[in-house]
Amino acid sequence: MAYLIAGETGDWEVVIGLEVHAQIVSRAKLFSGAATGFGAEPNTQVSLVDAAMPGMLPVINGYCVEQAVRTGLGLKAQVNLHSVFERKNYFYADLPQGYQISQYQQPLVGEGWVVLDLADGSSREVGIERLHMEQDAGKSLHDRDPGRTFIDLNRSGIALMEIVSRPDLRSPEEAGLYLRKLRAIMRYLGTCDGNMEQGSMRCDVNVSVRKAGETDLRTRTETKNVNSVRFVMQAIAHEAERQVAVYESGGTVEQETRLFDPDRGETRAMRAKEFAHDYRYFPDPDLLPLELTEDYVESIRAALPELPDEKKRRFMAGFGLSPYDAGVLVAERETADFYEAVARGRDAKTAANWVISNLFGALNRKGLSIAESPVSAENLGRLLDLIAADTISGRIAKEVFEVMVETGGDAGSIVEEKGLRQITDTAEIEAAVDKVIAENPDQVAKFRGGNEKIAGWFVGQVMKATGGKANPKLVGELLKEKLRN
Amino acid sequence: MTAALTDLTLAEARDGLQAGSFSSVELTRAHSAAVERARSLNAFITETPDLALGLAEASDARRRRGGAAGPMDGIPIAVKDLFCTEGVSTTAGSHILDGFTPTYDSTVTANLKGAGAVMLGKTNMDEFAMGSANMTSYYGPVKNPWKGGDGRDLVPGGSSGGSTAAVAARLCLGAIGTDTGGSIRQPASFCGVVGLKPTYGRCSRWGIVAFASSLDQAGPMARTVRDAAVMLGAMAGHDARDSTSAPVDVPDFEAALSAGVGGLKVGIPKEYVVDGMAAEIGRLWEKGAAWLKESGAEIVEVSLPHTRHALPAYYIVAPAEASSNLARYDGVRYGLRVAGGSLDEMYENTRGAGFGAEVRRRVLIGTYVLSAGYYDAYYLKAQKVRTLIAEDFRRAFETVDVLLTPTAPSAAFAIGEKMDDPIAMYLNDVFTVPASLAGLPAISVPAGLSAGGLPLGLQLIGRPFDEETVLGAAHALEAAAGFDARPPPVGEA
Repeated sequence: MAYLIAGETGDWEVVIGLEVHAQIVSRAKLFSGAATGFGAEPNTQVSLVDAAMPGMLPVINGYCVEQAVRTGLGLKAQVNLHSVFERKNYFYADLPQGYQISQYQQPLVGEGWVVLDLADGSSREVGIERLHMEQDAGKSLHDRDPGRTFIDLNRSGIALMEIVSRPDLRSPEEAGLYLRKLRAIMRYLGTCDGNMEQGSMRCDVNVSVRKAGETDLRTRTETKNVNSVRFVMQAIAHEAERQVAVYESGGTVEQETRLFDPDRGETRAMRAKEFAHDYRYFPDPDLLPLELTEDYVESIRAALPELPDEKKRRFMAGFGLSPYDAGVLVAERETADFYEAVARGRDAKTAANWVISNLFGALNRKGLSIAESPVSAENLGRLLDLIAADTISGRIAKEVFEVMVETGGDAGSIVEEKGLRQITDTAEIEAAVDKVIAENPDQVAKFRGGNEKIAGWFVGQVMKATGGKANPKLVGELLKEKLRN
Repeated sequence: MTAALTDLTLAEARDGLQAGSFSSVELTRAHSAAVERARSLNAFITETPDLALGLAEASDARRRRGGAAGPMDGIPIAVKDLFCTEGVSTTAGSHILDGFTPTYDSTVTANLKGAGAVMLGKTNMDEFAMGSANMTSYYGPVKNPWKGGDGRDLVPGGSSGGSTAAVAARLCLGAIGTDTGGSIRQPASFCGVVGLKPTYGRCSRWGIVAFASSLDQAGPMARTVRDAAVMLGAMAGHDARDSTSAPVDVPDFEAALSAGVGGLKVGIPKEYVVDGMAAEIGRLWEKGAAWLKESGAEIVEVSLPHTRHALPAYYIVAPAEASSNLARYDGVRYGLRVAGGSLDEMYENTRGAGFGAEVRRRVLIGTYVLSAGYYDAYYLKAQKVRTLIAEDFRRAFETVDVLLTPTAPSAAFAIGEKMDDPIAMYLNDVFTVPASLAGLPAISVPAGLSAGGLPLGLQLIGRPFDEETVLGAAHALEAAAGFDARPPPVGEA
């Protein structure tokens, strides 16, 4: 279903392209050996290179290159064997060199794509224009002192990947899906932790609008540094509405850089001075061009993990899961791994139901991630085994599961401790059935009078009498037999 | 005794130390005293006599234990103030680095320190190595120890003018400098000393305040070719901290001297004749060719057709890189800061006060040529010219082993001359810039005196990483020229 903004002059379509800055998972920075841990005391992870001391020179961190190549391959993109680092020159207090080392005309990674799984179960490809490597700047702290700005260079020189999409996205929802998918791919690859709160994934949002049916692109604006998926979606929605209003009031949209104000859910134009740079890009003479070999790229490709799309296909084909369930399970590598551990040697669909409905429900309620789950995959599997072996009923299993969530205990032990083991002893169940029949002659008469629907009521009574532990199948069979006689 | 010690060549001093004829402490004291006496030259920005004495004592102690580090152990040298030196102020000749004392040693100075060399101090230089007369230093001009016929003070050349003046005036046994477009060779010619710019990548740039990264190269300046060869051996070597440092072995450069020029083909590039070049320079060049021929070389005329484009290309590429390299001097982290009402104002005040006129000019030129709309016409085109110039050399070296050219178009000129005409000043580098653009090793050897009694050098240019052939040819040229003139003594009064 197309996302259109209804204006007075007709429907408007939104065209969105995203530039994502993803921090590369690496213990050292892109051009120095300094550490990259989040949350360290200011200016404690700064080498002489990061502080741009006189005479210091950058040396490329090979692991960061490997991570970026891995990401490119994960985006099904072409890896360029020859790429060039350039200097992007501008002055800012938290940019010690007075330039950012980036890639411009010859990036490491060329065109690729990301598959979006849309809400209606369909999927569609979003083009990736390029991925290049660059170094991060430091951080200016303006709010610590009324008259001064403090500079923290811990982030200075940290390796980033800038991933630029084609203007293929058409709604805030698609943008959200794209970001989540990109994040999932990088997390599968271990190349970016995708943590937007900690700034390890940031997004510049390019938005334009056009009349439904138009094929040319109109002027776009760029909203900088939006730092959550929700904010990206809000920024797009607001910016698209704003542009429509501008056009409909007879104005023109200016190509400009804007900022998103999360408190007001709005974008606002930056002052021209804040972005009017001529970056004077030129190849960094301190660094040789980056030359890779086919063998190097292929060795990384050969070691790639299974990615969400492939995993989803396998879950659907191999386990018979619905596209929706498979999509939910593969969204995070940890979830998929958890699910696979539960499903191994068991009924895959039951496993999927338990993970998606019960486990996710419990985790959401407790605000925990899958990694923090009190119920291990092994324990959940054993619970399913108890159901399969008719040791407990599905209803009892839910009770046991709640205890597991609270205590982290083992399913078998909980069943034994609480005496929840299902009654499969026919004699014992028979006694309970006889008792219920004996105590309810009126109901028996109704049944025998032809009201067979009442059988369910008898089952409930027997289950109640056995504390829910009677095997419901046996109860049903015995009741049928006895009521009919 | 003191005078005798400062008159030694570096190699003689090395032999004397080995023979136990004198100690490094004696050698160092003699040179530190000379440095002090010659302050009128303004060759040093920072003198480090106490540090030097400590290093000399340590060297002598090593030698007593029989563990001298090598040929440079105990040898007093001077260091251009562009090299970062741990615990010793480093200014790059600029006001903007006020108060900056590195916590680290450049790779080259660390290599020399490791080889036992004794640093006497940091020598004066053109600001950020931008200049050909040592007139742009925040710390004032350096005087050439050679005097004009009328007694006028002359420039030592630049930008490594403090280092060459110190070598020529016998204030040190050798000095290190850097050469971006001629900053070792041209002042060597002006001061009558040997100056060698190695192949780009031969010496690490790590810890050298950057001027133009794709051109900067450290090299030795000394009174003989042998001394330069000894020094280079201690300076060179691959350094993983400099991505442009070449992973090549360091040969025994001194051993290469004995090869001579027998059987060598020496090219004479016909394009190295420029308007306004003194006739005596041309005559010296011819003489140099004749000497090499007499020494057994074959002289071949060659063509380097793009030579005349080298200087303009250089004055685009070098300022472009400089404009970016000098962006880090912003008053935020170290050096000078001149407060302002906003960040931009602080930048403007700091950089306006911190950079001299020539540096500002080159930063502006560099900014201009990299700007949107001008990049293709200037920077990109200059890079193409650079490729053509390198190709000229490559082709020439298919037929010859080494090239012979003048080093500079004139002898040293008077302090204050050419200051109002930057183009005339830039022309000083016309013979040295092509080899810089091509990254080739080149040496200036003092070969004679001008009519005014001032030293003139000849330049030999070699194939990449073939410093050995260059040094061998330079050694033969030096022997044939028999240059033994020396400047008048300084500060004896």
